[in-house]
Amino acid sequence: MEIPYAVKPRPDTGLYNAKMGIWLFLASEVMLFGALFSSYILLRVNAEEGTWPHHWLNIWLGMTNTFVLIFSSVTVVLGWASLKMGRFKRYKFYQGITLLCALAFLSIKSFEYRDKFMHYEVHLKDGRIADGHLQPAETTDKTVVLEGKYVASHAELMEGALHHGGEPKIEIPRDQIVSMENYGPWHNTYTALYFTLTGLHALHVIGGAIVIFAIWGPLAKVWEQDPERYTNRVEVSGLFWHFVDLVWIFLFPVLYLL
Amino acid sequence: MSNTHPPSAAAADTHSIEEARKHIRTYLIVGVALMCGTVLTVWASLIDFHSREMNIALALTIASTKGFLVAGFFMHLISERKMIYAVLSFTAFFFVALMYLTLFSMAHGNIVHIQ
Repeated sequence: MEIPYAVKPRPDTGLYNAKMGIWLFLASEVMLFGALFSSYILLRVNAEEGTWPHHWLNIWLGMTNTFVLIFSSVTVVLGWASLKMGRFKRYKFYQGITLLCALAFLSIKSFEYRDKFMHYEVHLKDGRIADGHLQPAETTDKTVVLEGKYVASHAELMEGALHHGGEPKIEIPRDQIVSMENYGPWHNTYTALYFTLTGLHALHVIGGAIVIFAIWGPLAKVWEQDPERYTNRVEVSGLFWHFVDLVWIFLFPVLYLL
Repeated sequence: MSNTHPPSAAAADTHSIEEARKHIRTYLIVGVALMCGTVLTVWASLIDFHSREMNIALALTIASTKGFLVAGFFMHLISERKMIYAVLSFTAFFFVALMYLTLFSMAHGNIVHIQ
């Protein structure tokens, strides 16, 4: 039995089912990210003076990722427009680029996550704080080696860009360490928000890329059988991809710049 | 697998082939505008306005403009069906209510102290 309105629009809504479905889904997604953004505002605005970090993330990596997602959004619409014109090979080319962009975005994000997990704040018995990237190859049972610097207070870490490599190595005897913690989600409110928001966004990138890949590769034969249905599938997956881009457009300034 | 297909078979509900052709130029212009907007956002964030609020307002204004471009042109919201506008008007209402509740809670002293 054929499912009605899977390709042709319903007379009452003027939309085919999948398009109606994706917009309802995106509406729920707006509320999901909206709730997280409102949590961010609440926590950020009420943070006591000097306790909210600034420029802890690499702006240039964030900017590169923004360019990658914008470029991928352009290739998605160009792919869809190619199908509208009946140019399947061109569509394959554009969506192939979209998939490479998704891979590039996730690679850069993984690099940023790794950087945060290797970054440690070490409190010493004499009150000093050592801050820098762990050097696992040189760290032993007796000493911890960081590539970083000593700071006098925690507040000093809040302002200004954190250094990413190229700093002197500091050797800290383990018996002098009071506490040692990396910049994971547990580090403070900012890192918790950073990992929650970007982690959820990255899951959306992965999900979107899987669907785009499935339509681009294994399901490409549908183009032969029913080109209109295939074009609709590309349109629906594209709408989701643009939403992912839209969310990042707000995440980038909020987390990296402000 | 053929590389092309009769265009008439691929034509969908609202957009004709000619429209798709016309849209390509728009997509490219919007893409360039979005990239310029990104550079502008970074540049604006590095300027010292002697007020962080000013930086925040400027960054969010640019982000909102970019968001409008993505939703309006890439997602075709500027020329969509009434049903989608109806769905999104509910979303907009609840989204604004959510943000209003957040600001209302802060304005009335329900402060969350962050360590």
